[in-house]
Amino acid sequence: MGNDLLNMIELRDFNLPTTKNEDWKYTNVAPIMKNNYVLGASLGYENHLSTVLHDFFFQDFDYYKVVFINGIFAGELSDLTGLESGIIVDSLSNFQKNNSELLSRHLNKYSTIDNGFNEINNSLSSNGLVVFVPKGKVVDKPIQVLYLNGDKTENVLSVPKNLIIAEENAQVSIIANYHGIEGKEYLTNIVTEVYAGKNSIVDLYKIQSEEENSYHIEKVQAYQEANSLFNHYNFTFGGSITRNDINTCLNDENIESHFYGLYLAHKKQHVDNHTYVDHAKPNCMSNELYKGILDGESRGVFNGKIMVRRDAQKTNAYQSNKAVLLSKSAVIDTKPQLEIFADDVKCSHGAAVGQLDENSEFYIKSRGIPQDIAKSMLIRAFAADVIEKIKIDELREQINHLVFEHLNRVEVKNN
Amino acid sequence: MLVIKNLKANVEGKEILKGINLEIKAGEVHAIMGPNGSGKSTLANVLAGHGGYEVTDGEIYFEGKELVELAPEDRAREGIFLAFQYPIEIPGISNATFLKTALNEVRKYNGKPEATPKEFMELLREKSGVLGMDPQFISRSVNVGFSGGEKKRNEILQMLMLQPKLALLDETDSGLDIDALKIVSSGVNVFKNNDNAVLLVTHYQRLLDYIVPDYVHVLSKGRIIKSGGKELALELEEKGYDWIKNDELIEENV
Repeated sequence: MGNDLLNMIELRDFNLPTTKNEDWKYTNVAPIMKNNYVLGASLGYENHLSTVLHDFFFQDFDYYKVVFINGIFAGELSDLTGLESGIIVDSLSNFQKNNSELLSRHLNKYSTIDNGFNEINNSLSSNGLVVFVPKGKVVDKPIQVLYLNGDKTENVLSVPKNLIIAEENAQVSIIANYHGIEGKEYLTNIVTEVYAGKNSIVDLYKIQSEEENSYHIEKVQAYQEANSLFNHYNFTFGGSITRNDINTCLNDENIESHFYGLYLAHKKQHVDNHTYVDHAKPNCMSNELYKGILDGESRGVFNGKIMVRRDAQKTNAYQSNKAVLLSKSAVIDTKPQLEIFADDVKCSHGAAVGQLDENSEFYIKSRGIPQDIAKSMLIRAFAADVIEKIKIDELREQINHLVFEHLNRVEVKNN
Repeated sequence: MLVIKNLKANVEGKEILKGINLEIKAGEVHAIMGPNGSGKSTLANVLAGHGGYEVTDGEIYFEGKELVELAPEDRAREGIFLAFQYPIEIPGISNATFLKTALNEVRKYNGKPEATPKEFMELLREKSGVLGMDPQFISRSVNVGFSGGEKKRNEILQMLMLQPKLALLDETDSGLDIDALKIVSSGVNVFKNNDNAVLLVTHYQRLLDYIVPDYVHVLSKGRIIKSGGKELALELEEKGYDWIKNDELIEENV
């Protein structure tokens, strides 16, 4: 056993949240703590150099390719050919070597340590993705980042620390694509900081298809300057326990933020999405649209907080979250939290939970279409307004495919 | 083609149909008229197999087959089509996907090969032409963003594509302006032949100016209280439903 040589990490050494903590009320992390973990960095990725990674990537469009295995940048497996000079896509450790001054201006400047998971990432992470887009540059293709986690024989802890910097007038689109290696239980614990400079556009897609015996925790913290646009697209398919904290701070005027989410769960999967939109200055707009499809004995949690500070007059903030329960045993807990300290604002939130609509199902079946396809059509219909927000055409149908694959239902495609 | 005997049906425990008897033969057009709440739409939905309606008594035979236990999709494949009063919107599913899936399911059930893409497109072009529909609609999601008239036209298009034996049109005229009404009616008239049948459910007579029925039945409180030829519709238009209700009362009192 290699265990003797590897440094085991006990999560008990960190102050992980319990369900007594209001922000973790519905998410019990005790199952995560029952394992001791080996840090991904100590495993290396040499034995994955011959692994066929092609099928993990979303296909049929051009992209820059980046691979992380258990949180470690795999340069040999990445392909950044053609990247315009000045734009940097690299590992955090390389970036530290070459651009330490720039790094120190941004790293850990936006995200605070909110809980034990953030603390674990902070104290154990030495690696992660850095994307730096200097002033006025537009990255011509999406950057697709494959995070492959887990191990056949070890409980692995991966702790990517990602940093995305888009300077003034910069534009970038990133696809963070999480997959697992079949084997032992593992924990992926990420912190991602996003700096959206003046007039910049940052699109961040996250598609989480980790193994179903894994745990996945991420905190995204964005910081937006004037006239910037940050779009976060959050798709959850895998994982036993998933927790996302998606936060943005709108710290100047005329900023726009969009949070789109679609989460699917079946069996005993648990998916918890917490969002926090902090309107600090006037004339900004935020919009959230989250949808959940829950089957089996799965459980979903949505907690969306909107803060409108006293200065943030003329704020427009919208939030909508809906869930459809495909089984009698699935559960959703949803909580909007609006804290408004300005008086001239437009804010709204709506939540809806239900089953697939019986009348709609009858309509489809009355055309001769069998029940299973009718249900699949309604599932696709439910997810449609989130999926349609994806700007990359080819990605849309592939995400739809994952919806049906994950729910193990007959697929409905448009052709 | 269709024989209904003493049909009784409940919605949420409440009896809406209280013993309907009706026979429709191939080549015929029947109109069911009646005031709101008389059970017209219930009858159409029961015939198409909506799960929210419970048949408590009676029999329905379609082409000699007992319908009551048959699933809605199988009724559709046997040749029953319901044009909805309120067609459903299905975002993310294109009309092309929807129509192709439906057409091929019906074909499969009847032992026919699936339509090739070319056959499908030719059929679609022909049928949408009848209704003057912009071919662009085919890539749009089913009924999403459609006006009331467009939705009704789309119902008729689905009917023309699937070529059912029995078409049930539930208040197809409601919410249509006169031009849309003419187009929808012409679609039904193109559909109609000696081998199929049409059952119109309507509140108003005006649809019957364009689709001329062979028989008119008046439904009131879950029963057919009067049947006649097309002239009955005109009489209803002139005198209102109260005339029959009074008539019925008198008959009952005698």
